[in-house]
Amino acid sequence: MSILVIAEHDNSTLKAETLKTVAAAQAMGSNITVLVAGLNCQAVADAASKVNGVSKVLLCDNAVYEHQLAENMSLLVTELAENYEHIVATALTTGKNFMPRVAALLDVAQISDIIGVESADTFVRPIYAGNAIATVQSLDAKKVITVRATGFDAVATDGNANVETLDTVCDAGTSSHVSDELTESERPDLGAATTVISGGRGMQNGDNFSLLEGIADKLGAAIGASRAAVDAGFVPNDMQVGQTGKIVAPDLYIAVGISGAIQHLAGMKDSKVIVAINKDPEAPIFQVADYGIVADLFDALPELESKL
Amino acid sequence: MKVLVPIKRVIDYNVKVRVKPDHSNVDLANVKMAINPFCEIAVEEAVRLKEAGNATEVIAVSIGDKSCQEQLRTALALGADRAIQIEADGDLDSLNIAKLLQKVVEEEQPQLVILGKQSIDSDNNQTGQMLAALTGLAQGTFASEVKIDGDKVNVTREVDGGLQTVALNLPAIVTTDLRLNEPRYASLPNIMKAKRKPLDVKSAADFGIDLSLRTKVLKVTPPAEREAGIVVETIDELVEKLKNEAKVIS
Ligand SMILES: Cc1cc2nc3c(=O)[nH]c(=O)nc-3n(C[C@H](O)[C@H](O)[C@H](O)COP(=O)(O)OP(=O)(O)OC[C@H]3O[C@@H](n4cnc5c(N)ncnc54)[C@H](O)[C@@H]3O)c2cc1C
Ligand SMILES: Nc1ncnc2c1ncn2[C@@H]1O[C@H](COP(=O)(O)O)[C@@H](O)[C@H]1O
Repeated sequence: MSILVIAEHDNSTLKAETLKTVAAAQAMGSNITVLVAGLNCQAVADAASKVNGVSKVLLCDNAVYEHQLAENMSLLVTELAENYEHIVATALTTGKNFMPRVAALLDVAQISDIIGVESADTFVRPIYAGNAIATVQSLDAKKVITVRATGFDAVATDGNANVETLDTVCDAGTSSHVSDELTESERPDLGAATTVISGGRGMQNGDNFSLLEGIADKLGAAIGASRAAVDAGFVPNDMQVGQTGKIVAPDLYIAVGISGAIQHLAGMKDSKVIVAINKDPEAPIFQVADYGIVADLFDALPELESKL
Repeated sequence: MKVLVPIKRVIDYNVKVRVKPDHSNVDLANVKMAINPFCEIAVEEAVRLKEAGNATEVIAVSIGDKSCQEQLRTALALGADRAIQIEADGDLDSLNIAKLLQKVVEEEQPQLVILGKQSIDSDNNQTGQMLAALTGLAQGTFASEVKIDGDKVNVTREVDGGLQTVALNLPAIVTTDLRLNEPRYASLPNIMKAKRKPLDVKSAADFGIDLSLRTKVLKVTPPAEREAGIVVETIDELVEKLKNEAKVIS
């Protein structure tokens, strides 16, 4: 019973979510190998070797994996798959991109976005935007799983696994990377932040998001948004929280000018404490908020910033 | 060039689904159904490619029971040229759907297949990637821009850090994200015209594929409810509660 976990990284740092994915893997069984595929990513492999419960790290460092193109990643993982019963990745955009390809190449189903592990073959996952929770058993010999990181607590980084280098080069030759347009931010990652403050359509425009920034600075928070705020062009797409955006579960989530549509709630309702600032007392967000304040955000936000 | 658009009939996105009391599944009796929103975006993109002179024919395909013909007619009203229903009863997992679509791809030889990134019922986010693997084609998932460029297509993708653009050899598979386009509404004349467009019905059983399920749903339960909170009157009170009651700020 061996498990292959595919590390989530940007060639220089191991994403914090991988520590939670390893926690999920530990609930499935033992003998966990972490695959780090990328370019010039030795530092990631070193970080992976310290993850608790990991017995081996496979480092595949080659230009064909630089951007973790799904075509190449899926060939590599499929080639390694023989030795593993579980193949596990984090349900972030990289894993979501290549893992179903791996499953199809292995002719097995994928179980997406699990938030719980009942046994080695039975998993718990939200469906219908989190309005129902399904317990699903895999009937395949090999299990291809993506993990919703917010469902698990990170393991410690006190391990000391061996790093083994692989020189498997898988190049499908059907796709190439053209460019990236990444959002630069000094703030913590949405997925990793312990406090998140999000703005919705009520913010009216992108400039007004500066009202959230002052508060985020004081709280060390990440800034998120609703789909409506992203669609309207107030902020970039990577800030969208929700069913089809990012899933967050911080200690404190502050929703500002967000009505609380089911698709938004799907991405944040597992936060420990939810605060809602909205001028409409009937807004559905108040049904999930621990503390609500019915107020105009243009009055409430400056006052909140000054009192923190 | 032909564009194939697989679409799924799902619960309307405005409906909050309920779990059946016996926890066997969700209750879809008398629930409003619709075309999966991401599939609607896929149809719109295909139709725009046709309007721009990049595509010659748009074919919508749906796998399901007879009721999915309603969504195929919607796709025809939005501008698809013809439709294929693959008759199948009950739930199929994404791998089975992808295998059936693979057969359609072999038969129709489209240059581009545009799917939704995710069904809003199963929340699987798998079928497009699986179809790409089975056909050996390149994939551009979570697309916010699709540009045909000779024998390649450039796809800009919504990723965790922002945007990423990849170039794919054609034929290729694309899955849509929310910002790809804003779907049009079907006009009444187009809805009428759609009734006369061709809609072929095939049986999934005729494809000679093993469609046995690889996963078994043991139970479906409602999510944990959050306890109702309180409304505070002032910012001072909010800050006090967050400090001393919730202890999430210092
Ligand atoms: C397929 C699909 C996927 C989706 N995925 C997501 C997703 O991942 N994430 C997501 O967020 N949404 C998603 N949505 C969209 C979702 O259905 C809602 O449309 C969206 O969440 C609404 O955003 P909002 O709350 O900012 O806007 P609105 O619903 O317009 O709410 C704005 C709120 O601001 C309040 N307000 C206005 N002015 C002020 C003021 N001055 N002071 C205080 N309050 C004010 C209003 O009272 C109102 O409650 C999805 C929809 C579909 C169909
Ligand atoms: N039954 C189906 N018939 C046709 N297309 C489907 C079906 N199920 C899924 N798809 C396509 O696959 C996409 C992603 O679905 P999923 O992998 O289930 O999240 C959908 O948006 C559709 O484009």
